[in-house]
Amino acid sequence: MDSLQSYLIIAAILFSIGIYGVITRKNAIAILMGIELILNSANINFIAFNRFGGMENLDGHVFSIFVIVLAAAEAAVALAIVINLFKNIGSVDVDDADLLKG
Amino acid sequence: MMENIPLTLALLNLFLPLISFIILIFFGKKLGSYAHWVSLALIGLMLCITGSLFVNIFHNSETPILSTSIQWFTTGSFTVELGFLINNVAVIMLFVVALISSLVHLYSVGYMKGDPRYSRYFAYLGIFTFSMNGIVLADSLIMMYIFWELVGLSSYLLIGFWFEKDSAADACKKAFLTNRVGDIGMFIGIMILFFAIGTFQIDGLIEGVRNGAFTDNMTLLTIAGILVFMGAVGKSAQFPLHIWLPDAMEGPTPVSALIHAATMVAAGVYMVVRIFPILTPDALEIIAYVGGITAIMAAIIAVTQNDIKRVLAYSTVSQLGYMIMALGVGAYQAGFFHLTTHAMFKACLFLCSGSVIHAMHHALNEIKDHDTDSQDMRNMGGLKDKMPITFWAMLFATLAISGVPFFSGFLSKDAVLAGTLSYYNLHHGWTIFLPLAGFSAALITAFYMFRLIFLTFFGKPANDKVYSHINESPILMTFPLILLAVLSFALFFTIPFSLNPLDSHGWFTNAVPMIENVAGLDMHEVEEGIHHAHYSAMGISLVVATIGIFLAVLFYLLKKVDANKVAGVANKLRLYNLSLNKFYIDEIYNLIIYKPFLALSWLCSKIDWDIYDKIFINGWGWLTIKLSDKSGEFDYNWLDQKVVDGFGKITQYVGNNLKLTQNGVVQNYLLGGMLGVLLLIVLIQQF
Repeated sequence: MDSLQSYLIIAAILFSIGIYGVITRKNAIAILMGIELILNSANINFIAFNRFGGMENLDGHVFSIFVIVLAAAEAAVALAIVINLFKNIGSVDVDDADLLKG
Repeated sequence: MMENIPLTLALLNLFLPLISFIILIFFGKKLGSYAHWVSLALIGLMLCITGSLFVNIFHNSETPILSTSIQWFTTGSFTVELGFLINNVAVIMLFVVALISSLVHLYSVGYMKGDPRYSRYFAYLGIFTFSMNGIVLADSLIMMYIFWELVGLSSYLLIGFWFEKDSAADACKKAFLTNRVGDIGMFIGIMILFFAIGTFQIDGLIEGVRNGAFTDNMTLLTIAGILVFMGAVGKSAQFPLHIWLPDAMEGPTPVSALIHAATMVAAGVYMVVRIFPILTPDALEIIAYVGGITAIMAAIIAVTQNDIKRVLAYSTVSQLGYMIMALGVGAYQAGFFHLTTHAMFKACLFLCSGSVIHAMHHALNEIKDHDTDSQDMRNMGGLKDKMPITFWAMLFATLAISGVPFFSGFLSKDAVLAGTLSYYNLHHGWTIFLPLAGFSAALITAFYMFRLIFLTFFGKPANDKVYSHINESPILMTFPLILLAVLSFALFFTIPFSLNPLDSHGWFTNAVPMIENVAGLDMHEVEEGIHHAHYSAMGISLVVATIGIFLAVLFYLLKKVDANKVAGVANKLRLYNLSLNKFYIDEIYNLIIYKPFLALSWLCSKIDWDIYDKIFINGWGWLTIKLSDKSGEFDYNWLDQKVVDGFGKITQYVGNNLKLTQNGVVQNYLLGGMLGVLLLIVLIQQF
């Protein structure tokens, strides 16, 4: 089981769960969690390709560290947006936030 | 410094009259009736300068007094030079111009007194003298051509000086246009010579012909010579372009004396004299015939004219024909000699007729008669007692023109006739026409000139009321008459070498030696022939002059024969009317040039207006309007309504429908994005 394929399958499953969460959940916090899953599936891909792609340096590791940092920053900003959303419309349900409706 | 004296004199000579013109044209109005002092002073100075040049000819140098030129401009290989060539011929011509010009200036002071454009008149005389001097001094044909046109201009201005009269305005246009016909030929001729030899300089042309520029093609040289001579046909009023000169008598009489008798019309003869060495025998033969036809025809016309100035005008044409004929037969000296003597006595005749007209005009004004023609000889008669000075001056000049011994005309006319006679002796055949024309013209000339004298000065006055008011002209006008009448005596042209009245050898023949013709005419043969023909010509010319005078005495003084009856008899063959109507030449031109030209113009205007304008131009307009209509309709109905608006409508429709997808639910957008990515992946997998 120690092959690239199994890692990629894990990452794809994780990505699909993340997407599913993002699209179906109405709660903004849940959507953020879906996004975290998507990011981590990407991290798994980075590490897997680094391990099995024949690379001798640590590029994949460096990228996944970047992604983790980025996810932390994104979570902070996104939570701030959610708090502001709640303050403005009294809910964290994304269906209520339809100000962009044409 | 010494070498520059002739150049300075020549420049002064040329530009003094121009200064007179410039001063008078700009300040003439201020000077008013004092205007003549300016021109008299400047022209007088010019006469003195010419006199000092004139003295030179007695040294009888073969080389020119002055021959110099400067480069005017160059374009490519085409160089035009301006310069002076003063030889003995030029000096004599200059002196004639200066003398007659100054006398006419003097005379005009009396004649033009009180004219509203007094200063303008003297200004014009100034520019005429300037241009005439230019022709005489010019050393190249192109410079001569420039001044040639300038004398044409001044002649135009002076003929039309009294432009309020329609006849004067018409006459000046006629003179200008008729001259143009000749000038075009002259210009083409000059250009042929230029392209064959490469210079405009007269000396250069002679040298070029001598060196054989035309040896392969003498016909071209003949044609060039005849074309250049066409200029002289126009300017010197030769048949068939003589028609302008009699009409030119509409100008003031002193102008007729200066321009249309003594100087400008002689310019053509002078030009032929200058280019004489390069004229081929063939060209000269044609020139001789033109001169001969002119001489006899104009003399016949002069017989029946009643206007005193017209008689003199036709007489001038006839005498110019003589000069041209003389040049044509190779009697170069005789032609130029006749030019000089003719200038004196014809100027005198014109000034005398001016004096008579002046007196008649004043008399008619005093009795308030504005219908009688002051120039018609039938209204004169018996004037010799009232105007003795004019009468005697005119009589002397008439004796000169009729070829009576002791007078200048006898010598020069005799030389011309000797030339024609010798030409016949050398060539025989049809050339008999030339001496015949010459001698008959001499007979007729004597007849009509004495007719003029008898009708004007003898017999009973036509109108006693007018007669009693006639007075002799003032001294300003009679002085030039006296001087010119004195110069009609043969004496002045033969001293100091010969006092024999029958012998023309004198300073003149010494100053104007026979020249070489480089185009193939043997001048020695010509000279020899003239020498042999001399005495027979003299005898015949004496006889014909006597017959002419005798007939005039019989007809008009003693009235033994009724002139009207003779005219009636002659008219059975329409001879009288033919002469009276100037051989219908004006009418012929009217018929063959003027009328067809008008018809052509009418046709052109018809085509232009009725066909081109109405059908073509208007058609285009109509077509354009129709097309614009259709195009406008198409533009509005199709492009505007359908295409342009269609785009708008489609956009609106699509926008209306697509706006439904903008429901503001972020997750829907994300779902759309996902499906798009999936679609892309599937598509990439497919291809």
